[in-house]
Amino acid sequence: MQRLFIPLLLVLALLLPLLAQASGMEYYIGVLTRILIFAMVAASLNFILGYGGMVSFGHAVFFGLGAYVTAIASFHGVTSAWLIWLLAALVTALVGLVIGVIALRTRAVYFIMITMALAQLFYYFFVGFRYYGGDDGLQVTARPLLGFGLDMSGDNAFYWVVLAWLAASFILLQRLLASRFGLALNAIRQNERRAQAIGYPALRYKLAAFVIAAVIAGIAGSLIGMSNLFASPKLLHWSQSGILLVMVALGGVGYFYGGLLGAAAFLLLEEVLSTHFEYWQIYVGLILLLVVMVAPRGVSSLVSIGKTLKQGEQHGA
Amino acid sequence: MGNLIFEQVLNSLQFGVMLFLIASGLTLIFGVMNFVNLAHGSFFMIGAYVAAVVAGASGSFWLGLLVALPATAALGFLLEWVVFRRLYQKDHMVQVLATFAFILIFNDGVRMIWGPQPLPLNMPAAFAGPVNLFGLPYSSYRLLVMAVGVVVAIALYFLINRTRIGMWVRAGANNLEMVTAMGINIRLLFRLVFSFGLLLAALAGIMLGPLVAVQAGMGDDVLILAFVVVVIGGIGSVPGAAIGALIVGVVDTLGRSLLPQLFALFLSADAAASVGPALGSMMIYLVMIAVLFWRPSGLFPART
Repeated sequence: MQRLFIPLLLVLALLLPLLAQASGMEYYIGVLTRILIFAMVAASLNFILGYGGMVSFGHAVFFGLGAYVTAIASFHGVTSAWLIWLLAALVTALVGLVIGVIALRTRAVYFIMITMALAQLFYYFFVGFRYYGGDDGLQVTARPLLGFGLDMSGDNAFYWVVLAWLAASFILLQRLLASRFGLALNAIRQNERRAQAIGYPALRYKLAAFVIAAVIAGIAGSLIGMSNLFASPKLLHWSQSGILLVMVALGGVGYFYGGLLGAAAFLLLEEVLSTHFEYWQIYVGLILLLVVMVAPRGVSSLVSIGKTLKQGEQHGA
Repeated sequence: MGNLIFEQVLNSLQFGVMLFLIASGLTLIFGVMNFVNLAHGSFFMIGAYVAAVVAGASGSFWLGLLVALPATAALGFLLEWVVFRRLYQKDHMVQVLATFAFILIFNDGVRMIWGPQPLPLNMPAAFAGPVNLFGLPYSSYRLLVMAVGVVVAIALYFLINRTRIGMWVRAGANNLEMVTAMGINIRLLFRLVFSFGLLLAALAGIMLGPLVAVQAGMGDDVLILAFVVVVIGGIGSVPGAAIGALIVGVVDTLGRSLLPQLFALFLSADAAASVGPALGSMMIYLVMIAVLFWRPSGLFPART
């Protein structure tokens, strides 16, 4: 059952846009695309948070930077999606490295606060930098091209591209977590001093994980830029980072599919509530509060999905 | 130019003093209870809203102030009892999420009750005009705000350094386990610190209400600035919050107002208009990063 579950889910995910189209619910293809993109970011945050123990309150900076790479590249006439993804990966890797080096000097609450502050730096940079639109944000003139005779200008095709990226990042994360690297990261989260004493350079491991998460979030950001055809400084704001943390918490911190579940739960909740209530955020807040107080380990802890990767926890704790 | 700098320096001091009111409560809640309260800014907003509603109905700013302060503190007292005290022992991530939930609830809550439009809150008539300050006109209300801030800061100094409760608070921020072992009523202490911190935030919100728009979300950016102050000053340290608030107030106000003009001196007008405001808003975060880089626990760490 466990072995069939994932392939089945993937087939279903592949067919969803066709199902939506057949039943006249094309609108939901866009919603699904958003869910997949946010699932990527949330999964990358879950990687450093749930497995690396780093509570980053500035993860949206990489998401927003990815979107701005798309917009700025298109502003300067770049049309190749591949080039944009490469640029997004390079930019976010570099920024992730710099932020990581500075932030990982601090611990606990100071880490939460310094990641937030570093992210705000970039937020205010884009708000103030009028050449690239300032606080109005920057338009993407057209969806970038895939080449090789492939076309992703249609909503279905774009959904599949996003799905491919999501699958690729999940495979990467799964491989990483199952590898020596992942085990060491887990060990460092559980007891950094002991891991260090055994001979794992804790800081370097954490920094590597931080940069990998930054790149995945950056690619997701470039996808949200291509999806919305717009980059807004709001994507980098601290409240966006807060929402990403909310997604991970809703889904389940340290559960492999926590990010995916959390992103889906949050965005569907938003979708349903916002059509029924004018002031829907109040209900999001109440539900979040309930989850945090009643099931602080998120939805995954209730249905225990993806627990296999969490074994270290039971032994360690 | 001279006039402008003079005015901006006064504005920045006034902003710093108000930031201190918000940050002093935040740093104590943080330092004593080890509680990250993102909802602190919401009480800044709620104070301003209640004052605006009462002042709007009665025509008196002072009545608004008198009603809003105890009302906000009472709400804080109640919420501490119902929810927040259950969070003190949890890890910071849970605290961040739960209080983030309160930001969402409060922001939409005030929109639900009082509508999405900003509410007007007029300054008291006696302070509506400018005063002559060393030959330059300056808003008398802004001077009042500064005076209130300074008076409260001095009162806070005596409260914390000269009274028994203050001693408990200082001891709690320094080493909570020891305070518990000495038989102090911790629950009462927590509730007092929490409510009093929110009272100060509400006071700042009411005083700044006439100068900024009283609207949903007005506490969010202030909250982040207050956190910057707390982190720069050192968690749990009230003197640290005072120094931090002045640094942030001055750097932020002067950075935003003067940097664009400074850049205009040697950059083209177009480039200065682009780079100046961006860098101006980034200044305080640069200061915070620099402080944490060299002093990872802030300027005046309270914990031993």
